[in-house]
Amino acid sequence: MTSVAPVTGRLVDHFEAGLDAPICLTWELTYACNLACVHCLSSSGRRDPRELSTEECMRVIDELQRMQVFYVNIGGGEPTVRRDFWELVDYATAHDVGVKFSTNGSRITPEIAARLAASDYVDVQVSLDGATAEVNDRVRGDGSYATAVRAMERLRDAGFRGFKLSVVVTRENASQLDAFKAIADAHGAQLRLTRLRPSGRGADVWDELHPTAEQQRELYDWLLAHGEDVLTGDSFFHLSAYGTALPGLNLCGAGRVVCLIDPVGDVYACPFAIHDAFLAGNVRDHGGFARVWRESELFLELRRPQATGACGSCGLYDACRGGCMAAKFFTGLPLAGPDPECVLGHGERALAARGDGAPPRSPVDHSRRAPRGRACDEDPLAAFRLEVRG
Amino acid sequence: MAAPAGPAAPGATTPAFDLDRPLALDGRVALRPEPFGALAYHFGTRRLSFIKTPKLLAVVESLAEHGSGRAACAAAGVTDAELPAYAQALATLHASGMIGERGAS
Repeated sequence: MTSVAPVTGRLVDHFEAGLDAPICLTWELTYACNLACVHCLSSSGRRDPRELSTEECMRVIDELQRMQVFYVNIGGGEPTVRRDFWELVDYATAHDVGVKFSTNGSRITPEIAARLAASDYVDVQVSLDGATAEVNDRVRGDGSYATAVRAMERLRDAGFRGFKLSVVVTRENASQLDAFKAIADAHGAQLRLTRLRPSGRGADVWDELHPTAEQQRELYDWLLAHGEDVLTGDSFFHLSAYGTALPGLNLCGAGRVVCLIDPVGDVYACPFAIHDAFLAGNVRDHGGFARVWRESELFLELRRPQATGACGSCGLYDACRGGCMAAKFFTGLPLAGPDPECVLGHGERALAARGDGAPPRSPVDHSRRAPRGRACDEDPLAAFRLEVRG
Repeated sequence: MAAPAGPAAPGATTPAFDLDRPLALDGRVALRPEPFGALAYHFGTRRLSFIKTPKLLAVVESLAEHGSGRAACAAAGVTDAELPAYAQALATLHASGMIGERGAS
């Protein structure tokens, strides 16, 4: 993002106070997924029967067009498993709403790749969380590396330049940044690195997978060296406290300039905050998405000056702005206070000082699990009770 | 065809910017007015830019109606003192492909 500035003004103040419409918006179209990544931020797996219908999705797109939302980041779940996925993409682009969608690559056939390459209004983001099959498949599942690479080859061979290779930086792949860049370059793609959040199933693995303090520092230096060549979705603004700000807005845009629409139409402050505490409303409510964005209590509150807690007296607050709300919330830290990955180590100390209470968990979980009924049948206690009754 | 959203590839040359040439907003750019000015989004490069004053928005919107960038600035009320900053802003928009010379393509 560039800011064209004949007059220096605090653009960030406008953004913190919120805009009439989001700058961009994440829309998870389905909770259904053919993978089961250990760190899935939306705990996806099974389709939700209340999923928005094709017609309802089109009405949301109509609203986004009226609000002049330039593009949506479509995700899931695996969005391409929806039968109406391509129909919705075509509907959006025909209504001036560009689409960037995230995929594990499993549905990118040569025909689809050719079709995507022909459109100015559709961008693709292929997810890969290891630069080797060994590292990737441990997190995303057996065969997922080969699937993603095959999709990238097809996009390249179809002539699609500049699609995105999207990587969640973890403790296991933080040493592979150059290798990821080489993979992106070899496929004519642009590398995008994002932060691992303790959201969804990510909460289960965050302790083991989030980068160490040393890795964070190396990541920051690497990002600075690569500048706007590598995208981050403004993910790592908490690292700006190391010194020079990273490219991007460097603020938490939740409910101010970004938000999430989930597969059942619930509107949350950001993609990493699927929890009642960050639920602003539903697109099915009277007034639709526009009313939720403009009038919900939660979003109005997020647009007011926020309490800074212990961070208020820190000289680096203007750089990191207290970090990520979702990262704090799902690790059980107060929102007014340091990010768990605060570069000064305040987060680590806060984590160590937490009480015994479990951190909040998202009540929204579509993970596929072994059916529980069978396990109950094998419970010896149940057999014992039957004997007593008999 | 989709193009990288990043800066122009090393070695790629952007034609020099000339404030005295006839200019126009690229056809793939959408403008969304905001209290601070506007958001500008280029569907081809997928770059988002922030136009930070309403006056710059007025300049950009009216480029095609004037014989030069300089004339568009004058018509929008850009003063001589402000002109260097506005010329720089137009040069930045030109370098990222948001605006171009009329009839250049």
